[in-house]
Amino acid sequence: MREFSQLEQRLLNEFQQGLPLTSEPYADIARQLGVYETTVLETLHRLQTEGVVSRVGAVFRPNRIGASTLAAMAVPAKQLEDIAAIVSSFAEVNHNYEREHHFNLWFVVVAADEQHLQDVLAEIESSCAYPLLDLPLLNEYFIDLGFDLKWT
Amino acid sequence: MDMKASSPADMIPIPGLHEALIKIIGEGLPLVKQPYAEIAKQLNCSESAVIDGIKSIIASGDLKRFGVVVRHRKLGYRANGMVVWDLPDNRVSEIGHCIGQYSFVTLCYQRPRRLPEWHYNLFSMIHGRDRAAVIDQVAFIVQQCGLQGIEHEILFSNRCFKQRGANYRVDPPSISSGRAVNE
Repeated sequence: MREFSQLEQRLLNEFQQGLPLTSEPYADIARQLGVYETTVLETLHRLQTEGVVSRVGAVFRPNRIGASTLAAMAVPAKQLEDIAAIVSSFAEVNHNYEREHHFNLWFVVVAADEQHLQDVLAEIESSCAYPLLDLPLLNEYFIDLGFDLKWT
Repeated sequence: MDMKASSPADMIPIPGLHEALIKIIGEGLPLVKQPYAEIAKQLNCSESAVIDGIKSIIASGDLKRFGVVVRHRKLGYRANGMVVWDLPDNRVSEIGHCIGQYSFVTLCYQRPRRLPEWHYNLFSMIHGRDRAAVIDQVAFIVQQCGLQGIEHEILFSNRCFKQRGANYRVDPPSISSGRAVNE
């Protein structure tokens, strides 16, 4: 990881929420940071190009828009890459991770409604020929204020 | 349909605007001086309709956050542990709130057990610079929330096969009603 400038650190840490809903939001941020608007735009653009920033925009609450679930599959190690590729090929899958466990493939499925979600899960199961665990969210127990990045 | 009409017409809700804005802010704002005006141009409506529309989405509680979305891995938070806990059903809420209060816990959800294969009912996500840091934070939680004797496991993430922003499909492709929304 490269070193981040103080401006970058502040942009990454202090603006994870509450983007100004004004005509020129980046100018407002620039004023708060005491820099030029173009510097804010350039810095965000660079961080986005590097992949440090995924976007400036919304993070949705699960299950508020459409229907979603977390699914898990236990796949033999030798077949994991192939099965993961099949899972990823579904447009409704937006995260797909290997985790170190008997259940070693974990993915999030998002669909327009519950029926569509169940159809997609059934389709994934039959395409992969492995059963999946459907683990939808029941309750949420945290207040998300963004992630506090500890700069050392 | 004249959507460029001046202010009185802005009071009339623009059909499909809410859905279009959800899609756009999910994918990210343009990095230009006036991003909301830019979006308005795309949607053929006024800047104030865009800003008010986003305000109403925020007011509806559908968003967790609206701002700079960071990728933890790229910031040196390489270890990601999903910690799963097998809690007595009547203590899930109490313990969930205890675990969820720490800043290094980025998600804390109750999910159903799927017996016999899966008996954990609380999921928490912990990011750390390395595995040792995550293990350390889990030990801290066990101590703080009094979870000695509660079965739990840390599932570290390994390869990432796919990661992208929310893709909330408002219209499933299978729908055959012929109702074209905001094409």
